[in-house]
Amino acid sequence: MGQRKEETTFQLKCPECDAEIEIPEDVISGEIVSCPDCGMDYEVKISSDGKATLGTAEIEGEDWGE
Amino acid sequence: MTTIGLVYDRIRWDEKALIRAASKAKVELKLVDPKATFLDTAVNKEKTASEYGDVVLQRCVSYFRGLHITAILENSGIRVINPLQVSLICGNKLYTTLALEKAGIPTPRTLVAFTEEGVHKAMEDLGYPAVSKPVVGSWGRLIALIKDKDSAQALVESREQMNNALLQTYYLQEYIERPPRDLRILVIGDEVVAASYRYSHENEWRTNVARGGTSEPCLVTKEIEDIALKAAETVGGGVLAVDCMESKNGLMVHEVNCTVEFRGLYSATKVDIPGRIIKYAVEVGKK
Repeated sequence: MGQRKEETTFQLKCPECDAEIEIPEDVISGEIVSCPDCGMDYEVKISSDGKATLGTAEIEGEDWGE
Repeated sequence: MTTIGLVYDRIRWDEKALIRAASKAKVELKLVDPKATFLDTAVNKEKTASEYGDVVLQRCVSYFRGLHITAILENSGIRVINPLQVSLICGNKLYTTLALEKAGIPTPRTLVAFTEEGVHKAMEDLGYPAVSKPVVGSWGRLIALIKDKDSAQALVESREQMNNALLQTYYLQEYIERPPRDLRILVIGDEVVAASYRYSHENEWRTNVARGGTSEPCLVTKEIEDIALKAAETVGGGVLAVDCMESKNGLMVHEVNCTVEFRGLYSATKVDIPGRIIKYAVEVGKK
């Protein structure tokens, strides 16, 4: 049996509804997280000192795609 | 040791896969989110390389953002995948059509008009049904099936309301009778790496995965390989997804994509696409 890696997380408050949003420790700046309570999407921003905050996620632009 | 830069504005499944692939290959990867910074147009290759890496995988989901970043990085002497010229051609369906036409690669007949009068004249020439596509656009957005004169009229009227200069160019294409699927062929450098059939979602004629289309593995035949490599070479080469349709007269290329989303193709084929992209970036750095 392989050992299941325990995913460590930390929490940030949802700017919209104040619920706690679980963020994985290995989050990458720019990743999108959703609030489990109100469903709002946020972009995780990591500053140069390593502090994570939640910013407004960009909405799909007319030039988005592949 | 070449360092690779990954310039992204959104972390999709694809970007995470590339990050994992680089770490597996022990390649140093610099992650740059351009939304959080600015770029200097002054040419300073060393400084730019220290921030962005020696070779950059430009993966922005916003076409113009990515295009402009590519222009600046390339001007500094950084190799970008895909190069500016390739992104210019592939990001514009008309430029892609022109490149394919010039190279003699089978592609649907395409007419271009700029006004309501021009659209009606073009449609008389093309016949109904036909397909209208925005010259710049992805994920099947605004792609419309024009079934009759009334829908051509509705197309023009709605486009005129959109207040977007690019949408005032009407790119009209013959409708190709085909099975309810198309082919997506991934070319990396001078190799076909994987191919899939993309089936359109129920109640949808467009096959885009972003529109719910599903992918099934596709055996790469000589015909598929030849047309995909020729199409990729024609637009300048790099990491490219060539989209083909199966017409009565053989394969036809209708699009070449330059910021490839490969999740669907990967799940259908299990080919290590992210690993191959990283390997290609390292090779480009050595050239």
